[in-house]
Amino acid sequence: MGSLPLTPERILAPAPRGRVRVFWKRLRSGDEVAHLITGVFAAAIFLIAAWVVAELWRGSALPRHQFGWHFLFSRTWDPVSGAFGALPFIYGTVVTSALALLVAVPLGVGAAIFLSELAPAGLSQALTFLIELLAAVPSVIFGLLGIFILVPLLRSYGEPFLKSTLGFLPLFQGPAYGVGFLAAGLLLAIMIIPFIISISRQVLLAVPREQREAALALGATLWESTWKVVVPYARKGILGSVFLGLARALGETMAVTMVIGNDPKISASLLAPGYSIAAVIANEFAEATGDLYLQSLIELGLVLFVLTIIINALARVLVLTTAGRGTEHP
Amino acid sequence: MSYSPGSSAVMTRASGSQPCADVSRPLPAEQLPKISVRNLQFYYGARQVLYDVNLDIQEKRITALIGPSGCGKSTFLRTLNRMYETVRHARLEGQILLGGQDILTQDVTQLRRRVGMVFQKSNPFPKTVFENVAYGLRISGLGGWGRRSRMIEEVVEQSLRRAALWDEVKDHLHKSAYMLSGGQQQRLCIARALAVDPEVLLLDEPCSALDPISTAKIEELLFSLRDSCTLVIVTHNMQQAARVADDTGFFLLGRLIEFSPTRIMFRTPAKKETEDYITGRFG
Repeated sequence: MGSLPLTPERILAPAPRGRVRVFWKRLRSGDEVAHLITGVFAAAIFLIAAWVVAELWRGSALPRHQFGWHFLFSRTWDPVSGAFGALPFIYGTVVTSALALLVAVPLGVGAAIFLSELAPAGLSQALTFLIELLAAVPSVIFGLLGIFILVPLLRSYGEPFLKSTLGFLPLFQGPAYGVGFLAAGLLLAIMIIPFIISISRQVLLAVPREQREAALALGATLWESTWKVVVPYARKGILGSVFLGLARALGETMAVTMVIGNDPKISASLLAPGYSIAAVIANEFAEATGDLYLQSLIELGLVLFVLTIIINALARVLVLTTAGRGTEHP
Repeated sequence: MSYSPGSSAVMTRASGSQPCADVSRPLPAEQLPKISVRNLQFYYGARQVLYDVNLDIQEKRITALIGPSGCGKSTFLRTLNRMYETVRHARLEGQILLGGQDILTQDVTQLRRRVGMVFQKSNPFPKTVFENVAYGLRISGLGGWGRRSRMIEEVVEQSLRRAALWDEVKDHLHKSAYMLSGGQQQRLCIARALAVDPEVLLLDEPCSALDPISTAKIEELLFSLRDSCTLVIVTHNMQQAARVADDTGFFLLGRLIEFSPTRIMFRTPAKKETEDYITGRFG
C-alpha cells in the first residue's frame, strides 16, 4: 500500500485497511447506494417495456403465422368466419387522436399562455387548481358526459350544422348519429387539454425573466415578447406536453368506446361510427371464443404498442428537424 | 486618490487624455439635456426606494451611476426606459423628460426603441447570432425577402461592427449565440440593442460577470459608441466609473447624493458621503 501516490485525498482521509473497508465507507457515504438503487429503478423501466412486448409477441403467435403482414392491412374483422384485420382499428385510433390534438393543442397552449403570462396571479392559481382536478377525473366519467351530453348535442346541433356548412367535404357527410370519430375526437381533446395546459404553463413560467426583459427592452409589446421569445424558448417543454396528451389519446379506452360507435369500418366521414384498438380489446376480450380470436386481440395490443412508438418517434423527428439553427439553449 | 488604475490602456483613454473629459464636447445640444429627471420618487408597493432624484444627463456623454448595493441605482436606470413597469406594484412620481418630451405619456414600445438597454446578465435569445441582432428589426416590422432582407443584413453587420464583435463572429453568424463566450455574448446583447439605433443606451452593470479582458473590451466599446449615442452605465465598480464616465452620479439609500463631472467627483467630491464611499470607508 505504501507504493500508492500521495494524493490530497489520501493524505486527508484516514488510512483505510483494505478494499472491503473502503467499500463500506463509500457505501455509508451514500454514493454507491444511490448509484445502485437508481440504476436498478432505471433498468426496471426498460425491463418492463421489454417484457410487455415479449408477452404480446408470444401471445399472438397464431394470427401472426396465419395472417402475417396482411393482418395490418386487412379491413375485415369477422370473428364468426375467423377473419381478422387491424386496419379499421388503426384508422380509428389515429383519426381520433389526430382530431383530439387538432382541437386540444391550440386550446391548451393558448390557455397556458394566458395563465402564465397574462392572468393575474390569483386567478391563474385558482384556474390551475381546477385544471389539475380535471386531469384526475376518471375516464369513465368523461365517457358518461360524452354519452349524455356531447353525443346528443352533436346529433341535434353540431353535426347538422357541419353538414349544412361544410357538407361539400367528404369529412362531413352521411347521417348524423352523434356517436362516431368526431365525438370520440372531441371527448379525447377535452381529456388531454388539462395535461397540455398544466405542463405548458409550468414550462412557460420557467422561462428566465431575462429573456422577457431582453425582448421588452427592444420595444417588443407584451404579446410580441410572449409569442416570439417566451413560447419559442419553452417550445420543447410545450411539445413534451403535447406528446403526453397524444400518448393518452392513443391509449384511451373507456371514454372512446362509449362514444365512438364501435363499428369496425373505415369511413372518410368524421360523422361515421368507427372503432379504436384499445376499445375493441376492452369490448371483445371477455367474449373472445377460440384461440385465434383471442390472440388476434393480443396482436392488436402489440400493434397499438408499436403504433405509439412510431408516432412518438415521428413527432420527435419533427421537433428536431423544425427546430431551426441555433435554437438550442442550455 | 485612492482608486487604482485598472487597465492602463483604457485608463489613458478615459481620464488621462483631456479631450474626452468634462471640458469636451461643447455641442449646442448640450444646452438641452438629453434626459432630465425632476422630483422623481419611486415606490415598490408601500416601500419607497428613490427619494426626490433630480438629474440632467447630457447628450453623447457617458454617465456612470455608482453606489453601494441596494442604493437604488439600478432601479433608477430602469425608470428611464420604463422597464420598472414589468414589476407589479411599482409606482413612479415625478417627471422624466427625454429630449424635452415626457416619457410617461409616450408609447412605451416607441420609448424603448429610443432608449435601449443592456442587462447585468447577458441574455441572448436561443437563436443564431444573426437572428439575435435582427430581432429588434423584425419586431419593428422589418422582415421578408429581397431588398428588406438585404437591409437587415446590412444593419446586422453594422451593429456587430459597432459592438466590436463583427471580426470575431462574421464566420459564425448562423451558429447559436450560446456558442459565444460570456464577454462576446454581452457584446452581442449590445449589438442587439444598437440594431434599432437607440438615442440612449442604458447599461445595468454590464461587466459584473466578465473577466478583466472582456471588461476592457466593453469599456473601449463604450468610448467608440459615445459619438453616436448617449450612454448611462450603472456600475458597482468605482474604477470603471473613473475610467469610462464623463459624468458620475453617486446614489446612497435611494438618494442622489452628488452628480458632477467624473474628474471633479473623484478628485474633489463635494459631499462627505461621496468622499467616504470613493475612498472605501464604507459600502
